[in-house]
Amino acid sequence: MDMQELIDPFARLIEDLCTPAAVRAVEAGGDSSAMWNGFVESGFLDALVAEEAGGAGLSLADAAPLIALLGRHAVPLPVGDTMIARALLAAAGVEAPAGPIAIATGAGPAPFAAVASHILSGSPEVPVLSEARVEATGVHHDVDGYAPGLDGKALRAVAAMLRAILISGAAERVMEMTVAYANERSQFGKPIGKQQAVQQQLSVLAEQAVAARIAAAIGARSGLTPRLADAAIAKHGASLAAAQIAAIAHAVHGAIGISEEYDLQLLTRRLHGWRLADGSEGYWAGVLGGLRMDEAGKPTADFLRAA
Amino acid sequence: MFETLTLSTLPPEDEAIRPALRALIAEAISELPVDRRARSWQGFDASFSRKLGQAGYLGLSIPKSYGGADRSPFTRFVVVEELLSAGAPVAAHWIADRQSGPLIRHFGTEEQRQFYLPRICKGEALFCIGMSEPGSGSDLASVRTRADRQEDGSWLLNGQKIWTTNAMHSDYMIALVRTSGTSADRQQGLSQLIVDLKLPGITIRPIVDLTGDAHFAEVFFEDVRLAPDALIGAEGQGWKQVTAELAFERSGPERIYSSVVLIDAWVRHLEAVGRKDSATMRLAGSLTAQLAVLREMSLAVTARLVAGESPVVEASLMKDLGTGFEQAVPQLIGDDLAANPDEPVDAELYRTLLYVTHIAPSFSLRGGTREILRGIIARGLGLR
Ligand SMILES: Cc1cc2nc3c(=O)[nH]c(=O)nc-3n(C[C@H](O)[C@H](O)[C@H](O)COP(=O)(O)OP(=O)(O)OC[C@H]3O[C@@H](n4cnc5c(N)ncnc54)[C@H](O)[C@@H]3O)c2cc1C
Repeated sequence: MDMQELIDPFARLIEDLCTPAAVRAVEAGGDSSAMWNGFVESGFLDALVAEEAGGAGLSLADAAPLIALLGRHAVPLPVGDTMIARALLAAAGVEAPAGPIAIATGAGPAPFAAVASHILSGSPEVPVLSEARVEATGVHHDVDGYAPGLDGKALRAVAAMLRAILISGAAERVMEMTVAYANERSQFGKPIGKQQAVQQQLSVLAEQAVAARIAAAIGARSGLTPRLADAAIAKHGASLAAAQIAAIAHAVHGAIGISEEYDLQLLTRRLHGWRLADGSEGYWAGVLGGLRMDEAGKPTADFLRAA
Repeated sequence: MFETLTLSTLPPEDEAIRPALRALIAEAISELPVDRRARSWQGFDASFSRKLGQAGYLGLSIPKSYGGADRSPFTRFVVVEELLSAGAPVAAHWIADRQSGPLIRHFGTEEQRQFYLPRICKGEALFCIGMSEPGSGSDLASVRTRADRQEDGSWLLNGQKIWTTNAMHSDYMIALVRTSGTSADRQQGLSQLIVDLKLPGITIRPIVDLTGDAHFAEVFFEDVRLAPDALIGAEGQGWKQVTAELAFERSGPERIYSSVVLIDAWVRHLEAVGRKDSATMRLAGSLTAQLAVLREMSLAVTARLVAGESPVVEASLMKDLGTGFEQAVPQLIGDDLAANPDEPVDAELYRTLLYVTHIAPSFSLRGGTREILRGIIARGLGLR
């Protein structure tokens, strides 16, 4: 299948459903059912469900550009989480509910839990579905929330890959916005992007955005039951990039970047949340370090080729 | 932006060359202590380079008719990865294999190709790069070394190059020189010449670095007479040719692996002392994870070379990120070892750490500085 035939309509769908105004409304606690129904009707929620079970049967690597679009537009609902949840549930022979499903993998806030009807925990092989009983984080306009009492540790690797892909999509958009802004905003009689100090910062942002994309692709290549090393490399790289990208983007934007009415913050708040969710770069570094030390006699280059 | 950089896979026929190559390398490095192997691509051993050439591992992308292997940049990626991972001494053939060979193949006349390429592929013709001068570092277009065309078609060369890696061991230099106008003409009037370093009028003085090594040199030219066919490519096209050459120079896996011998020695140390606390695991994992992403980026850039492109911006992006990582490694490992002052550290590991620590500043200078690369990326972003 030519993926572009799926990507273009999905991009149009998101642009219609998730305008910045609509994203703000959901974040402010408004009704999200119209936005959600738009995704339900599109059929994309079953993109990862096997064809025998009535889905599109895409691999995670195929679907990665679709998921990245969700990050790019700061979609405030667990569309990616639900895609993965529905695939795992279908494989386990469990019927999925119609509502949004968030994936919870630890004691910290689960992304999108505050706007989900159900929470997925358990493992990829034995997914456990619960009705959402979520505690708010209290963070301004947060759609994430605590889902206490569930054990989803075994889903952490697949959730981490999802987060890495979302980060890569948001990172790309943040890069484009920041470069465009640097070309527009004029100080001292010329665009700030003509200042070498600003150019050097933007070059670092670009490097990190590419690194996040490559890291996410490393994760996606191993599918819905990821190899631990791939998930670790993916989430470590994306999380590491997320914080740097957000910092540079805000520095270049100046005060306007932190104002609520400017769209940059929709993306950078997400970058920070996704960085911390399902294990930060430090958590995944520890996991990968354990795997690396199990093969301490091997040169790093060999370890990487096997990873 | 930069969508062309995507995951790519090494072809199986290139992966397949690893075992035989590994055996050859193992033999060459068996006696080398770790701190010598940490010299990475600065370790010089002409006889090892000749062995690699005889075994067919040099001039990989050069056509068979010129003695090459007629294979792809992916093959070179595999060979370079194996050599650097092991810490093999590769400096002798490095520049000829990486950039002089491809340059002569692209821009040389048929006679020049026939003359130089077969020997490059055998590891028998060693090259150096004469770009930098005392007054021309980052601002390369300001070079002053001149070659004036004589009535009989020969060239008269005068001037000075500096920081020329391995000039004292090399047979030839490919020099960027002014062949018309003045340095005010900048990129106009520059040409590349192949200089036989045995000619009269050439003085080469090695420069010792802070680690005690002498890998680069000053080279003086005083009325050096070059044959008419010393010109490589077109007269006045030197700048364009150098730009293409720099894409080769900046794009390889050598921009991510300069500290890998230190990483591997440190990992073996951790195992030997049995240290497995969570901070240690995080550091080991973080370095490994970063290198995993860099390796895929480097492969992605190699894939652009395979596709016949000249990925100047992409190579700059990868090199800047890669050399930043290479420089962070000795800092982080140094802190880790010294944060455990009661743990015995082998003197060989300590020497390796300090060697890499001291030489690390060069990683982001050689081949174009960090600031210059970021300027190239900024141009790619449409800011300049
Ligand atoms: C180990 C090693 C091997 C080398 N081998 C070779 C070789 O084989 N052949 C060869 O020709 N050269 C070689 N070089 C030289 C190398 O190419 C130069 O060091 C490099 O181009 C920088 O030039 P420079 O050292 O004169 O520094 P300068 O150009 O003087 O730069 C000094 C500082 O100023 C900054 N700077 C300069 N211009 C700008 C600007 N416009 N904007 C912002 N910052 C700027 C630089 O980034 C740097 O931080 C080698 C260097 C090293 C370290």
